[in-house]
Amino acid sequence: MDKVKNVEKNIKTIVEKYHGEKSSLIAMLQDIQKEYNFLPKDTLKLLSEETEIPLSRIYEVSTYYNSFSLTPQGRYLVQVCAGTACHIKGAPKLLSRLENELNIECGETTENLMFTLKDVRCLGCCSLAPVIKLDDHIHAYLTEDEIQGILENYRK
Amino acid sequence: MAKMDSLLTKMKEKGMKSLSPSKTKITVGMATCGIASGAELVYNALADEIEKQKLDIILSKAGCIGMCYREPLVDVIEPNRPRLTYSKVTPKNVIAILNQITEGKSKDKKPYCRIDEEDLIINEEKIRYLTGALPDDIKAIPLMKEIDFYKKQIKIATRNCGFINPGNIDEYIARGGYFSLQKVLSNMEPGKVIEEVEGSGLRGRGGGGFSTGFKWRSCRNATGEIKYVICNGDEGDPGAYMDRSIMEGDPHSVIEGMIIGAYAIGAHEGYIYVRDEYPLAVKALTLAISQAKEYGFLGKDIFKSGFSFDINISKGAGAFVCGESTALMASLEGKAGEPRAKYIHTIEHGLWDRPSNLNNVETWANVPVIISRGREWFSKIGYKKSTGTKVFSLVGNVKNIGLIEIPMGTTLKEIIYDIGGGIPKGEKFKAVQTGGPSGGCIPKELIDLPVDFDELTKVGSMMGSGGMIIMDETICMVDVARYFEEFLEGESCGKCVPCREGVRRMREILDDICKGNSKEGDVELLEDMSQAIIDGSLCALGGSAPNPVLSTIKYFRDEYNAHIREKKCPAGVCTEITRSD
Repeated sequence: MDKVKNVEKNIKTIVEKYHGEKSSLIAMLQDIQKEYNFLPKDTLKLLSEETEIPLSRIYEVSTYYNSFSLTPQGRYLVQVCAGTACHIKGAPKLLSRLENELNIECGETTENLMFTLKDVRCLGCCSLAPVIKLDDHIHAYLTEDEIQGILENYRK
Repeated sequence: MAKMDSLLTKMKEKGMKSLSPSKTKITVGMATCGIASGAELVYNALADEIEKQKLDIILSKAGCIGMCYREPLVDVIEPNRPRLTYSKVTPKNVIAILNQITEGKSKDKKPYCRIDEEDLIINEEKIRYLTGALPDDIKAIPLMKEIDFYKKQIKIATRNCGFINPGNIDEYIARGGYFSLQKVLSNMEPGKVIEEVEGSGLRGRGGGGFSTGFKWRSCRNATGEIKYVICNGDEGDPGAYMDRSIMEGDPHSVIEGMIIGAYAIGAHEGYIYVRDEYPLAVKALTLAISQAKEYGFLGKDIFKSGFSFDINISKGAGAFVCGESTALMASLEGKAGEPRAKYIHTIEHGLWDRPSNLNNVETWANVPVIISRGREWFSKIGYKKSTGTKVFSLVGNVKNIGLIEIPMGTTLKEIIYDIGGGIPKGEKFKAVQTGGPSGGCIPKELIDLPVDFDELTKVGSMMGSGGMIIMDETICMVDVARYFEEFLEGESCGKCVPCREGVRRMREILDDICKGNSKEGDVELLEDMSQAIIDGSLCALGGSAPNPVLSTIKYFRDEYNAHIREKKCPAGVCTEITRSD
């Protein structure tokens, strides 16, 4: 029961922060995702009630933008930069090595909810290509062989 | 306005003391790229060592000066001595750098280059670091403006990047910042401001190349009480990071440009739309806006001029198509970012159906300089109908990777070989890709091409926002085309069928070519489909989606033929078919 109340309180706080402005939907969703690491169904229902934005529109926006997720995300987000500079310097090889190491495909989350693997269209660090971003830390000039060691640090 | 004069004079003095203090100052380049290459570790090591040795040294942060290939960068500014730049600094070098300052000598770490004096660009002032004779110990260190990477550059939009602490508004003011706003508010009618910008020849730096002044005039003339100015900071082109660098390293240049534009147009509200992937840019802009408000450059009745203006920041949520103006405005309204037909101009019916003027980050950053130096000065730089400079991210298979700002009309050869230092690892130059997924690949035969809006379009590519990816002979052009179509397939908003289905089919055909499953006639099919997509798409994403395919077919048809007829990839990239040698 407390948990439900907490969720209600959180959503109300977020909506109030933006004065219930319908145009702030994306920002509100970003705040919810930051709080819960994904967009849980009950939060979106509450958001719809609070803002009077139809749930169908909230669903449309949540599924349109790449940075939102309707399923739980891993504790650590692994983003492989798929920008042009990284692509020509071997990003596809990094991605397939990560898929093998984590035993998931790009876009998926490991069963233990530890890692989510995604590709991202350019992190703007082209001078350090190829790069991946793991838990807000950018790993520069990365080679396939370094991947296992990096993941080990987070698995501990 | 007298109050603004005295504030600027006072803050300029304060900022100057912060830029060139009476004691030694060390700055570390801490933009996203700097941090990723280890600048934070260097900064912390410097802070620790300064504390430990109880040294009387100021430690500060700066943005990216563009020399990404030499990062992390540390600048040492000692009173009366040239500004020294140390490159590729690691925490291990910290003691050596400090020894150089305290003992006047160090064997372990030599500075990479120096600056004796620097032109401010925005006005005719100079910052003189060196007073008196050049000390013997640094005679051998080259001047920054004489090293190959900088020789041909003119920094207008990136004038302050790497030189100021982006979190310190006084340093921006000390380098001529907000004086253009003062000029505009005190003695320029809005029409005069527009005339100046139009006369300068400034064209949209986001890729379209549309006349900025003309756009402002149309928006000013559009009917409506409420108007908006918008800054497009949704830098989505893969391989491009110019705007990130400006937003992170010199956010006030964008804000000042926007205030001037809003005054000229008659807008009282502005938006900066920044990509979700650029958290540091959001942070820098948020801080800068609050400082501008505190000083009274933003808000109600700015310095009793009767003009009010405020700026909001909006974060994107990861959709490439939101870089397109109508999609961006839909996203600002909290909707899915789908573009709409362009015959309804956003100048008249934009954000919330009101007249809206949208310019890109780099365009806004140029504005204060045009106002300060005048249209004559600006239009003398550049080439034919492309005046001024353009910032490019020079990346890929090139020795000197970094951000460069060059006069329009500089040739590809000068960019790749003089500034970029040529191709590394003894490989040969093959092509340069410009314009992101809307652009194309330009082959080595066209290396003498002057780079400007019109010349790039003529050869089947485009300026785009400024990504310039150099490719050597280890790169397969069919794979590059496939890569861009895969990108666009994922980013198509799905509204127009030719774009949604056509791009996917093109990617599938290209996949087949790369995997050896292709057949004779596939190239012609790609060409046919390209035309249908160009004809049948509403927005620029769809309309230019076939460019990477068409340009690679045009210049690298042999490579397509090798894949299709001989089932061989000459570059050896497509591993599912064999290498041709």
